[in-house]
Amino acid sequence: MIEVVINGERRAVPVDTTLLELLGSLHVDPRVVVVEHNRQIVRRPELERARLSAGDAVELVHFVGGG
Amino acid sequence: MTVTADLARDVPFTIGGHTFQSRLFVGTGKYRSNEDMGRAIEASGADVVTVAVRRVPLDRGREDGILHYLDPKRFFLLANTAGCYTADDAIRYARLAREAGFNDFVKLEVIGDQETLLPDVAGLLEATRVLVRDGFKVLAYTNEDLVTALRLEEAGAAAVMPLASPIGSGLGLLNPFSVRTIKRRLKVPVVVDAGVGTASDACLTMEQGVDGILMNTALAAARDPAAMAHAMRLAVDAGRAAFLAGRMPRREVAVPSSPLEGMLD
Repeated sequence: MIEVVINGERRAVPVDTTLLELLGSLHVDPRVVVVEHNRQIVRRPELERARLSAGDAVELVHFVGGG
Repeated sequence: MTVTADLARDVPFTIGGHTFQSRLFVGTGKYRSNEDMGRAIEASGADVVTVAVRRVPLDRGREDGILHYLDPKRFFLLANTAGCYTADDAIRYARLAREAGFNDFVKLEVIGDQETLLPDVAGLLEATRVLVRDGFKVLAYTNEDLVTALRLEEAGAAAVMPLASPIGSGLGLLNPFSVRTIKRRLKVPVVVDAGVGTASDACLTMEQGVDGILMNTALAAARDPAAMAHAMRLAVDAGRAAFLAGRMPRREVAVPSSPLEGMLD
């Protein structure tokens, strides 16, 4: 396992986890989130290729109510 | 002649090449329920609806996001950068919002003060330049300062959004003169954003000749949001129609409306 930071929270994930696998483990639908991996936006088709390394920072964002 | 007939001859309301039907834009924050929000948006007649970008809650199972209640095919989703205090943060949020894939418009906020939520105009100008270069249509939330508005236009903003009064304050249009001056001097559309509290505020704002109004709390915090949205829709139309009609000049003395001739001895 390696430790990564997802939305500001430390989490342990298996080595070589892809971003798509990460979303699946969190029950997050890839169609309704935007993913930032170490400050770089990762487009949807690239989610299954991008792999997590120890210490990586991932942000998963979506639209919420706002003015 | 009805208000509707008069407004039918109005110029189209276009920002960044996109023409909108309603001059009333509405936010989606702070409603007591998503159902209240849906009814209010429906009653407002708005086609532009603002949303914010935030982290997805983890470990809470499947939650219905805002898009469950807003059909992106029906409404134009205008993402904001609310909560950003630096140009860099606002640019980051704008890029994340664009990646959601709906459009390249952003309601740019760079806040400079926590108590008043007034904009940091230096940061706003910097972020506007970067985002315009990056292909965004920037709608810049700013204060009611003419020179800042002119600089935002020069920087390439697609629209300038001066405040009526601070965000969420409901204080109404505090400086009609400044807002009117900004509208008179800018070529890009001017959409007043923030501070409108009730229908008369919206009407007075539209009477200044601005192109539109964005509001959120005035609807969300009303006792009956849908009924207030209906009132706002009428007020925006009435204010626009009054502006197009051209108001009478103000005078400091009375002028009789009835003839002076024909009075009895």
